[in-house]
Amino acid sequence: MKSTEQSKKWKGKPDATGHFGIFGGRFVPETLINALDQLTAAYRSLKRDRKFQKELAYYLAHYAGRPTPLYEAQNLSRALGRGLRVFLKREDLCHTGAHKINNTIGQGLLARYIGKKRIIAETGAGQHGVAAATTARLFGLSCDVYMGAEDIQRQALNVYKMGLLGARVIPVYSGSKTLKDATNEAIRDWVTNVDTTHYLLGSAVGPHPYPAMVRDFQSVIGRETKMQMRKMTRTLPDIMVACVGGGSNAIGFFHPFLDDRVKLIGVEAAGKGLNTKHHAASLRKGTIGVLHGMKSFVLQDPNGQVQLADSISAGLDYPSVGPEHALLKETGRVRYETATDEEALLGFHLLTLLEGIMPALEPAHAIGYLARRARSFPRASKIALCISGRGDKDLEVVRHSKMNSRSAH
Amino acid sequence: MDNQLIQRLKEAKGKGAKLFCAYLTLGFPNLSTTEALILALAHAGADIIELGFPFSDPLADGPTIQFASAQAIKKNVRLNDAFRLVRKLRKRGLRISILLFTYLNPIMHYGMSRAIRQLHQSGFDGLIVPDLPPDEGKMWESWFQRFNLSLVYLIAPTTDHARAKEIAKRSSGFVYYVSLRGVTGARSSISPDLIRNLRIVKKMTKKPVLVGFGVSSPKQARAITKVADGIIVGSAIVERLKGGRKGVRSAVSFASSLMAAMKRKE
Repeated sequence: MKSTEQSKKWKGKPDATGHFGIFGGRFVPETLINALDQLTAAYRSLKRDRKFQKELAYYLAHYAGRPTPLYEAQNLSRALGRGLRVFLKREDLCHTGAHKINNTIGQGLLARYIGKKRIIAETGAGQHGVAAATTARLFGLSCDVYMGAEDIQRQALNVYKMGLLGARVIPVYSGSKTLKDATNEAIRDWVTNVDTTHYLLGSAVGPHPYPAMVRDFQSVIGRETKMQMRKMTRTLPDIMVACVGGGSNAIGFFHPFLDDRVKLIGVEAAGKGLNTKHHAASLRKGTIGVLHGMKSFVLQDPNGQVQLADSISAGLDYPSVGPEHALLKETGRVRYETATDEEALLGFHLLTLLEGIMPALEPAHAIGYLARRARSFPRASKIALCISGRGDKDLEVVRHSKMNSRSAH
Repeated sequence: MDNQLIQRLKEAKGKGAKLFCAYLTLGFPNLSTTEALILALAHAGADIIELGFPFSDPLADGPTIQFASAQAIKKNVRLNDAFRLVRKLRKRGLRISILLFTYLNPIMHYGMSRAIRQLHQSGFDGLIVPDLPPDEGKMWESWFQRFNLSLVYLIAPTTDHARAKEIAKRSSGFVYYVSLRGVTGARSSISPDLIRNLRIVKKMTKKPVLVGFGVSSPKQARAITKVADGIIVGSAIVERLKGGRKGVRSAVSFASSLMAAMKRKE
């Protein structure tokens, strides 16, 4: 790896206009430009504001439960063999059960600083919705969550949770009735209520400054991992693996390592297979396009209509991906691989049985990938893998899948 | 030579006439209705047709145009259908100004430079892209100029003064003023600060200022065109096309009622 060249490359991304190379940007209706300008300016100043950063650190530590442990998964490592050492970054132990809270606390605090009393959010599986609703309680904000009507059916428990947390869940009936359309509807709400409302976007996607801002809030994952790896092994990991949907846990995990000699692997959802139409591998199978205000890779048909993504894990079920990942792919700094639904289920059972850790189906893709590819990794590699969330929300899906724990043995 | 849009804008200015621009979703309810409608609207005296190419994720649009777009996409409408239709209409001698309206993704997927050539060859006068603000459109402006096409930009009520001035300068043909904070779709009244904002924008530029989003009644049309140079009406027309066979007649008579209201003297 050309580490010195890379470090020059990665400093100062995105550029002043919000571009990551040819990706990113602000492709939104004019009505939103002013709000994005304000948000960019506010975030830029808060990034260097010691009071804000101190408050953020306080809530991350005492409310969200950071730092999360880095756990050396010895049973899993033994099972993989070849002297591999696997370290799990336990974002599943965050309050509300996933890394999403890192971002919602950051943006919730920001909303309070800029005087917005109402937040809106989009959600697919409901994890970001729950984190946003939780944060709204913490900071005394009102919260509306847009969710596809299909997803509301599939994720009844999280819908109930959001209700308990005092958020209003607004069903979206347009288009595919899933995350993509919930995002459209949230943007439409924001266009209408831009003076009073902060749009708390849940992944490292959307128009500038969101991809950079969400990355920064999630980079706490990678910063902690770096310190913990140094403490536990005195070195950095050789390989890092994370699942990629919109890509917020992966970019947060990878970002502090971009200038280091560490091999980075993002795992996309291959659904029922890359050769079918039922997958969510925007980086591997998508083409360059514009969706939700950013230029990135998009799953689309020959007429430029956005296609539906498909994955067993609702959190990866998104037909595009954050623009920084698009650039990381183009430059070759990160390698993007895939795991199918079946491999994800296998990963789920593997980690549950070997370590007693039930991962969400999103990071289960990373485990599934690791299980398949471990033999090709250099002997005695140290592998850090991000468990972005816990599996409770997916138990119904696991239960109804054909694979049970016995077949995983 | 000026394109049809520029010519029409000049004529209107000379006569002191107000401009009426009608938005239609290509292929809703079907391609032949779109064709019939353009002809009928031209006959009724519309000045500009904004032909909308549907996109799966129209984030500036309200329920009416979302619905029309989804229906048209189901019929597998292609950009080439738009080019073919306009080429055919031009061959028949139709002189009304026609702009393509679409989100950036379908155009980018088709290839921007290829699309610009096709727009030019088929007889379009320009392009409106609601998710292409001037900051991102800059690199294409000279291409549009070279092919004698107008790239129309939008100004919103949230746009600050300096930026609005810059947009007005760079918008080609006319300036599209978004009447409200929100998405497209019929509204029963105009937003209270619209007239005041329009006066400010009118002072910034000599280019015609046309107002779109929410315009849906003769009363609104009249109030707006007291200050603005024209109106853009979309959802209120498209809504009437849902009414089956009678849709075209109903849409055209509705458009005529707005045009009449704009022309009426005090």
